[in-house]
Amino acid sequence: MMIVGTATLNRPTAGLVTSTLVVARRAVLRYLHTPKLIVFATLQMTMFMVFFRYIFGGAISSGGIPYVDFLVPGFITAGVLFTGIGTAVAVAEDLEQGFVDRLRSLPIPRGAVLAGRAAADTTILVWSLIVSVAIGFGVGFRLHGTVLNGLIAFGLCVAFGYAFEWLFIALGQLAGNAQAAQGVAFLVFPLTFVSSAYVPTASMPRLLRVIAEHQPLTVMIDAVRALTLGPAAPALLGHAPAYFVTRALLWALGILLVSGSVAIATYRRG
Amino acid sequence: MTSTIEARGLGKRFGKTVALDGLDLVAEPGQVVAVLGPNGAGKTTFLGAVATLLRLDAGTLRVCGYDVRRDPAAVRRSIGLAGQFAAVEPAMTGRENLELVARLFGLDRRAARSSAGAVLERFDLTEVGDRLVRTYSGGMRRKLDLGASLVGAPRLLLLDEPTTGLDPRSRMELWDAIRTLVDGGTDVLLTTQYLDEADQLAGQIVIVDHGRTVAHGTPADLKRRLGGHVLEVRVRRRDDLAAVAATLGRLHGREPRVDPATRRVSVGLAGGGGLSAVLRAVEAGDLDLEDVALRQPTLDEVFLALTGQLASAPSGAA
Repeated sequence: MMIVGTATLNRPTAGLVTSTLVVARRAVLRYLHTPKLIVFATLQMTMFMVFFRYIFGGAISSGGIPYVDFLVPGFITAGVLFTGIGTAVAVAEDLEQGFVDRLRSLPIPRGAVLAGRAAADTTILVWSLIVSVAIGFGVGFRLHGTVLNGLIAFGLCVAFGYAFEWLFIALGQLAGNAQAAQGVAFLVFPLTFVSSAYVPTASMPRLLRVIAEHQPLTVMIDAVRALTLGPAAPALLGHAPAYFVTRALLWALGILLVSGSVAIATYRRG
Repeated sequence: MTSTIEARGLGKRFGKTVALDGLDLVAEPGQVVAVLGPNGAGKTTFLGAVATLLRLDAGTLRVCGYDVRRDPAAVRRSIGLAGQFAAVEPAMTGRENLELVARLFGLDRRAARSSAGAVLERFDLTEVGDRLVRTYSGGMRRKLDLGASLVGAPRLLLLDEPTTGLDPRSRMELWDAIRTLVDGGTDVLLTTQYLDEADQLAGQIVIVDHGRTVAHGTPADLKRRLGGHVLEVRVRRRDDLAAVAATLGRLHGREPRVDPATRRVSVGLAGGGGLSAVLRAVEAGDLDLEDVALRQPTLDEVFLALTGQLASAPSGAA
């Protein structure tokens, strides 16, 4: 059996697309083959949706529209960040367990390792978005705008998620081990709760309200809300959907550029 | 013929820690080179540099004729790396793991599949090839990891402490697997802190300590450097240790090594023939001996003589 050869240098090497897909496939398989991750995440999401919808919901005034229509867009958009915790942990685990070392020793384009991770986690994100939309409709959420706007809202969530993936990849690399990477939860909780995700910012004390109104997640949530609320949106939010969508996409682009640069620089440094 | 590895004056710092401090090493093709040293000696850092995983602060390093700084891509095409922590994916099957690495090595789907199959067969893993790696034993994982570094048919295989943490039987199996590779023509560079592993596998041993090469040669060379054979005396009563050590020291002009735990005194003999003199002197002193032996020095003793510390003694960080 001839496995060991010497003519290693003239043969083709894996290109960026192939390497990225192969790396991504492994990350998705790792996720799929860990069913407790999926079950646990889905149960947790359902539980919190039910809590907010039926327990807090009755006590929260959402400015003239049904609370469920206010909550679900915020809940789903903010959920993108919770998916990101998994990204940070997975990235740190790969570093810790030597998987990244193996990839780095292979003749593949350097970008493939990170691009593969981002692609895989975006796939996982799309899946979890579909699940959370289904749960949303299950608890009574309805689209008040067009179906097209609903689809655009979904696409925006994917775009925001992609940008945030890079933030979490960078954080996971900086953390270096899975336990430390769990710590990004301490970033995710304030970002999601001090936002318009679950309650209108108007009810918050002044300092928190100022933060909540100007942080990127609120802008993104308002963009998604503006697209799903239909005619009621401009009255509630104060601007047309295009205003929020543009600002949200600019934020996402900014996060992507900054986080992507940090992630690549950290990866290169080794 | 080009040297497999040619390292000159390698330097690498991590913050204030000096990991490599002017390390030199030349490995010729057709042999297993073992880098031997205690924890924190710089072995893993050196391997990382050869595998293009980190940037060196100083020195030049050529691997299979390619400069790691100028042509890392060519180096990566020439090497296979198996890590200290088996870098295989537990949530994939053994076969999927091998195919993944083969694909990244540039093989197309079909070639990857046949290469993965061949590697499974070679390492006796065909039966478990379609099981998730999660269910493998430590030894099986390590073999798969070794296999994964081979699917790309590298010229040089890098093994970072390949048997650390394995039970004795898995260890022997892995040694056999490595020997088979060497017979097949793959050059191997391995790091180890086990002296017997280096002795078992390597044709060339490089001893490193504090980021520097302190000695290199064949196992036999290194043993000779200590001065021929070692005379080892085991006493029946612990109280006699000091007297025996003094006698041996006087006869040979070297400081004997005393190990109270096993009641042994050992000293290197410069020539041969000291044995009868020792026995006469010891008998004259009315000391009760349990055992007297003349043997080859262990690499542990070589290490002690060369670096002033026991190889097994932990020193600083890993």
